[in-house]
Amino acid sequence: MTVIIPYDDVENGVCVSFGRAPYFLAYDTETGCRSQSPNPAAQEQGGAGLKAAQCVADLGARALITFRCGENAAEVLAAAGVEIYKAPEADVDRCLQAFAEGKLEKLTKFHAGFHGIR
Amino acid sequence: MKIAVLSGKGGAGKTMVAVNLAAAAKRAVYIDCDVEEPNGRLFWKPAEVRRTQVGVAVPEFDPALCTGCRRCVDFCRFNALVYIRETPRVFPEVCHSCGGCALVCPNGAVREKSRPIGVLEQGRSGDVTVITGELSPGEASGVPLIREALRADTGSSLTVIDCPPGSACPVMESAEAADYCILVAEPTAFGLHNVKMVHELAVILGKPCGVIINKQEKAYEPLELFCRENGLEILARIGYDAEFARLIARGEILYHADRRAAALFDGVLKRAGGGRE
Repeated sequence: MTVIIPYDDVENGVCVSFGRAPYFLAYDTETGCRSQSPNPAAQEQGGAGLKAAQCVADLGARALITFRCGENAAEVLAAAGVEIYKAPEADVDRCLQAFAEGKLEKLTKFHAGFHGIR
Repeated sequence: MKIAVLSGKGGAGKTMVAVNLAAAAKRAVYIDCDVEEPNGRLFWKPAEVRRTQVGVAVPEFDPALCTGCRRCVDFCRFNALVYIRETPRVFPEVCHSCGGCALVCPNGAVREKSRPIGVLEQGRSGDVTVITGELSPGEASGVPLIREALRADTGSSLTVIDCPPGSACPVMESAEAADYCILVAEPTAFGLHNVKMVHELAVILGKPCGVIINKQEKAYEPLELFCRENGLEILARIGYDAEFARLIARGEILYHADRRAAALFDGVLKRAGGGRE
């Protein structure tokens, strides 16, 4: 199965934002292969979460590991059958390790959007 | 003539000024564009009220005609559309009603339907036509409703547009139709900051404007200076007045209830160029 992590190349870790993460890291749990693709929503004026969620669904993901996620994106991901897990820390390797061991908790709180406010 | 009443902040006195200006004109149209909290009607107590629902267009998809080409999804610059599990889907609160999705669909699978966002209320109070936009709670944008309220203007020698506070899109939409802008300011540092914002907007829109200083106990020199430097006529200064406060709190129109107020707003109307017909 494919697991997606929003990835910040500057911080070299899980991006604090889902919708505006510069990259999505795709990890294949069967093959152990990792690939990185740019997030098409990163620079959008609005609706970034929706577009990012569409991208994650299109990548064939079954799981997403993220710090946070907006309500709209969560709705799209739920419809697409993508489980959302809470990233326990910024280290990608350790996140994937925890996921493999079944130690990650589901993300249950979704924000209503930041809309330019940080 | 159309006069818009603006202020950078709430509670400066926009509605009080707008209502009394329309009262001074005797025959007028008063349009409450402060659709998130319209309160001019508390003074007018309009009769013969008609209420009509106002909606915005949102797309609706015909699954039988949709082939999943995703042109609509790719076209939407607001990202209001997604295509998940072979089903197109709209997020109505993200949609800007541009109609683009229906245009780009090669199969005619997108139709537009109306989503209600508020109510337009039209009534009469003596010789004043009272138009009120009332946005439903939770709606993100009042602009479409403001547009409808302005369109409902029945035409008179004077139309007074009571704007929402601030200087963002809803205010722009409200003031754009005006020939003249009245900026209601408070004589404080905060009031000056706010009047600068709305003045900047009025300048961008190319509207002549004047200032009413409300709640003035003594002149606030930086505001006086700002008005002088920008050639802004001070149309009136309104001090704290126990009788005015009492009448307003009772929902009465100052112009009708107090001679001093009547003289004051006759003067404002004349200076703003909106004399009687």
